[in-house]
Amino acid sequence: MSGRRTTTAATAESAAATLARVRRSPLVDPGGVTFVYQGAADAVNLRCWIHGLPASQPFERVGDGDLWVLRVELPENSRIEYKFEVVRAGQEEWILDPLNPLQAADPFGANSVAQGHGYERPEWTIADSAARPGALDEIALTSAALGDDRHVAVYVPARFRRSRRYPLLIVHDGLDYLRYANLQVVLDNLIHRLEIPPLIVALTQSPDRLNEYAGHDGHARFVAQEIPEQLQHVFPLHPSPAARGLMGASFGGVASLHAAWRHPGAFGRLVLQSGSFAFADIGHHRRTTTFDPVARFVNEFRRRPGRPAERMYLSCGIYESLIYENRSLVPLLRHHGIEVRYEEVRDGHNWENWRDRLQSALTWLFPGPLWMVYE
Amino acid sequence: MQDVLALGPQFRAPNLRDALQRAGLNGPIAAVTAGWQEREGELAALEEHLGCQVRDLRLYERAEAVFVQDAELHAAYRARQNELRRLQDLYRTRLDHAKAAARDMQRAQDGSAMARQALRSAVATLRRLDAEHLRNLRASHARFEQHWSAEHHPLLARQRADIEEIVAAAGVVCIAGGHVAVLLNRLRLFGLGRALRSRPLAAWSAGAMAVADRVVLFHDHPPQGAGNAELFEAGLGLVADTVFLPHAAARLAVADSSRVALLARRLAPSAAYTLDDGDCLHWRRGRLVTAQGSRRLLRSGEAVPAGATS
Repeated sequence: MSGRRTTTAATAESAAATLARVRRSPLVDPGGVTFVYQGAADAVNLRCWIHGLPASQPFERVGDGDLWVLRVELPENSRIEYKFEVVRAGQEEWILDPLNPLQAADPFGANSVAQGHGYERPEWTIADSAARPGALDEIALTSAALGDDRHVAVYVPARFRRSRRYPLLIVHDGLDYLRYANLQVVLDNLIHRLEIPPLIVALTQSPDRLNEYAGHDGHARFVAQEIPEQLQHVFPLHPSPAARGLMGASFGGVASLHAAWRHPGAFGRLVLQSGSFAFADIGHHRRTTTFDPVARFVNEFRRRPGRPAERMYLSCGIYESLIYENRSLVPLLRHHGIEVRYEEVRDGHNWENWRDRLQSALTWLFPGPLWMVYE
Repeated sequence: MQDVLALGPQFRAPNLRDALQRAGLNGPIAAVTAGWQEREGELAALEEHLGCQVRDLRLYERAEAVFVQDAELHAAYRARQNELRRLQDLYRTRLDHAKAAARDMQRAQDGSAMARQALRSAVATLRRLDAEHLRNLRASHARFEQHWSAEHHPLLARQRADIEEIVAAAGVVCIAGGHVAVLLNRLRLFGLGRALRSRPLAAWSAGAMAVADRVVLFHDHPPQGAGNAELFEAGLGLVADTVFLPHAAARLAVADSSRVALLARRLAPSAAYTLDDGDCLHWRRGRLVTAQGSRRLLRSGEAVPAGATS
């Protein structure tokens, strides 16, 4: 993304004319997007988190009126999340774009969404009335490794049979994946379309993720040993590592890699989305102290990667600051004989990015009977 | 010769009852639902649609019982399945290259005789590869059946006699869709090709694929892989010179004339018919007599109504 501001008088006039017609922001064209704000203000800024661009970009006022515009060059198929910062009488207020109905929720609230030219939400992320819905159960597990009880939500696929054996996928921040990445709909759809086999999916949600996901041995044991051991008493699970997967995004990606690394053979399949894989080849990493345990683990992993899984799917948005760390991991993994599929997309560190990659990840790691079944 | 109805999927908008009525087929109904695997025999929706009781042949369950009773047979069956999988893997690898060459030759067409000849050769290579694969598959089945024939193996023979009795009493045998390999394997294990030849059949989706003489797996835009249609098995051959392509609306790029042309040329002289919701093709005495919906793929790259060319 060049993200170069190209707002000109002509752009502003054109935006004003278009806005009068469509009453919608941002205005999208093949070269970029034009953000529009209408309202009393002393200044308006675009606030978004795009690696390489300023976190705040000022709008320009059209004439002396109350219309503000900002044009940003944006490559095709991009998707970005943002807010407006409106300044009035010295007060700054961050708001959602009033003229944009597209919003993305996350644990911190919601952002407005700009879908660049060419981006389309994948249809398999939208509920399909033909897809038989799976069910969500809740199971209380006792963890000696963590010293407490944990509630784990479990997705049970439609037409579940005790006479069958199922692959198990464990998902870090699983409830967030349900809420913000439509995971249940995606599972229902991909299973219905035979693109993945029916799976049992354990959805964990740590009460202390920045600690437990950052190279925490107790949490790794909980995920790699205690969850599968206790779930296999409840569900008919296939025991093969190829039928065991672990998934996570951001710090959840770190937790996934760490658990698989500490327990080789426990998981044959990993999904690592925008992993927060901070490391330093020399000296200290450049992130906050929260990342200290992560960097200790990743540095150690880079020295002795071993073979934590046979197959790994990694993805990262090129607008994320983590793109360097994720890119750096891929050749290392491949060098150690791990089958890796790596995808970069024009998106940021957010749940809809992770949602949009689920088909690619899951169908590669758990291919369904698509070619064999004709109902 | 028998009546055979080939139908599209039945779970969204079933047309089986209408198709049977139009074809004048009635009497007790037996069903093969082995392609549903663990769900075999769950006939409530089918019975509700037909308004009558249906007797399931329970081929999946019978096979599981036979495997439990005869470990040697089970081991031989697994070994045969492993051999088939290996054959398919090797064929698939060669197919990737042959198919890529044929697609390249399609793109290279410049109106010259030289380019046309190159394309003909590339398609001929594909056809030879398919034919060789089919011979290998048949040889593998023949080796297995030499030792484990439903005619001579006592457990299989007993099951087969029971099944044939039900089939003989049926006015129509319905063969449902599902997992085409599981379905075909069970039909073959109990040697049902001959018994089914004598009864009116109504087969849909994978069931229709299984009664044709070749089974072709296909998906033009899968989430992973090249999407090369592949020859998978010899079918029961109850409908000659035919390949069925169920769920074509979702799986087949029928608007892509070069893909359609290549598939049709590859499968010729067999006719390739799509089977989607509401489609019905009726063969009587080996001839296609009526066609509702369904399209036939032509070497020209068109997909035309099946009836137009019957």
